[in-house]
Amino acid sequence: MNASPETSSDSAHDYTAAEMMTVTASRALGNGTTCFVGIGLPGEAANLARRTHAPDVVLVYESGTLQTRPDILPLSIGDGELCDTALTTVSVPEMFRYWLQGGHIDVGFLGTAQIDRYGNLNTTLIGDYREPKVRLPGGGGAPEIATNSRELFVTVKHSTRTFVEAVDFITTLGYGRDGRARDNLNPETARHMGRGPTRVITDLCLLEPDPDSRELIVTSLHPGVTREQVIEATGWEIRFADALATTPAPSTHEIEVLRELKKRTDHHHSGTEASGERSS
Amino acid sequence: MAEFLGLSEAIARHVHDGDTVALEGFTHLIPFAAGHEIIRQRRRELTLIRMTPDLIFDQMIGMGCASKLIFSWGGNPGVGSLHRLRDAVEHGYPAPLEILEHSHAAMACAWEAGAAGLPMAVLRGYVGSDLPRVNPDIRTIECPFTGEQLAAVPANRPDVSIVHAQKADRAGNVLIEGIIGVQKEAVLAASRAVITVEEVVDELDTHPNACVLPAWCINAIATVPGGAWPSYSHGYYARNNRFYKEWDAIARDRDTFARWMEDNVINASSPNAQPRAGESA
Repeated sequence: MNASPETSSDSAHDYTAAEMMTVTASRALGNGTTCFVGIGLPGEAANLARRTHAPDVVLVYESGTLQTRPDILPLSIGDGELCDTALTTVSVPEMFRYWLQGGHIDVGFLGTAQIDRYGNLNTTLIGDYREPKVRLPGGGGAPEIATNSRELFVTVKHSTRTFVEAVDFITTLGYGRDGRARDNLNPETARHMGRGPTRVITDLCLLEPDPDSRELIVTSLHPGVTREQVIEATGWEIRFADALATTPAPSTHEIEVLRELKKRTDHHHSGTEASGERSS
Repeated sequence: MAEFLGLSEAIARHVHDGDTVALEGFTHLIPFAAGHEIIRQRRRELTLIRMTPDLIFDQMIGMGCASKLIFSWGGNPGVGSLHRLRDAVEHGYPAPLEILEHSHAAMACAWEAGAAGLPMAVLRGYVGSDLPRVNPDIRTIECPFTGEQLAAVPANRPDVSIVHAQKADRAGNVLIEGIIGVQKEAVLAASRAVITVEEVVDELDTHPNACVLPAWCINAIATVPGGAWPSYSHGYYARNNRFYKEWDAIARDRDTFARWMEDNVINASSPNAQPRAGESA
């Protein structure tokens, strides 16, 4: 499960904060890891990993596509590309019951709309449930991906809108309102639960839960990012690890592969080839 | 036994005001043409069930067909919100919409339980989530063998399930290929099943483990080429991701939406005359 980042000897000089986030997230996935891939940014990171240091990473999507190797990034988690390039495609009940709940997933990889101090995720709504200010899409696969995978990675852009003191609604459990939710579970439930969010990768930094309090703390700043930037972009009084690291910069190879992947993807989703010819 | 009907007759006969109606298809094979026919026939007070409401429920909700929605993820995948769904939930427009929301895992299990003739599904789910606080249908049950507390949700048992599939043979057996989602479960869990297909063929030409629904578990089949557009039909046409992106602007505004529906659904010249692949509205 150890990620094997490429050496920094050929570090790229020209990359964006978003690319830094994707590359760092991709490096978190070790070769051979089974990863349940959520919609959006996680898919970008997971497919970059497969095209760089982790050719044998096993990617599964909630649409039932098992061990898939897409050439472009799908727009939805059920694009035909995922099925065409999968080892096999199973039904959605089988995916959630046998492959996820059955204990075959090492890493769940999710994005989110809100995340709080204890790594709880909200993708349900902003405001009050019965009178929402903003209605968001909802839980989807996330609540069980986060608890039934051995561990959870989250990747999301850093801002005070996203990083809030306490989420409006816990769609998906991190460590609960007080950081203790996973410790206080009935032992029979705890036996089947994953460790929860172990890494949160943003465009500014890497956060990991404090081993005692489970509060998310910054363990690594991306190159050129200051503590002040992170403090300003976080909705709670964020703490930094004593041994604060600097995240290795992306390699030129990683940036090349990522840009090529995104170019191909943009072309595909805006072009005519997605428009209705027979796909097989 | 499956009866071959025209789409409008199939809907008229099997979908009634006040029914609980499921239209399934996980991103793939979404029965758009059937949904449009329900809109044209101005069905009202429906309880709609879909794991991922997608554009089709955005359209049906925006056109006032639904009074209740049971779902697990209500967005436009990779694009953003379903604006008509949001308008209904946030502002009660065009009518208040009661929602019961689940996670995908629970909905998938609820479909499986429905197909299996059980009253409920059991899963290791919703641990630490606030969803059980807002959905009274999410409860807990103790395993009689280990004592483990597990989540329980009621089985999905709709009045009618509607799915789209690649093909039927002349006897009315239906083949579903690619991302098969919960289609089989939805059909078997329902009192009535209506299936639209791309084409009718002499031989299904399957392999031994293919997902085939026998004619005797289907009530009506309608041949609707392109019936899943702008979603897709594996082996026939690809998902029109461009249209999914364009939908965001169409659905964001009430009047733009109403005009689009009027032009492309209500006044469509034939049941499957939605804009075809490659054309935008």
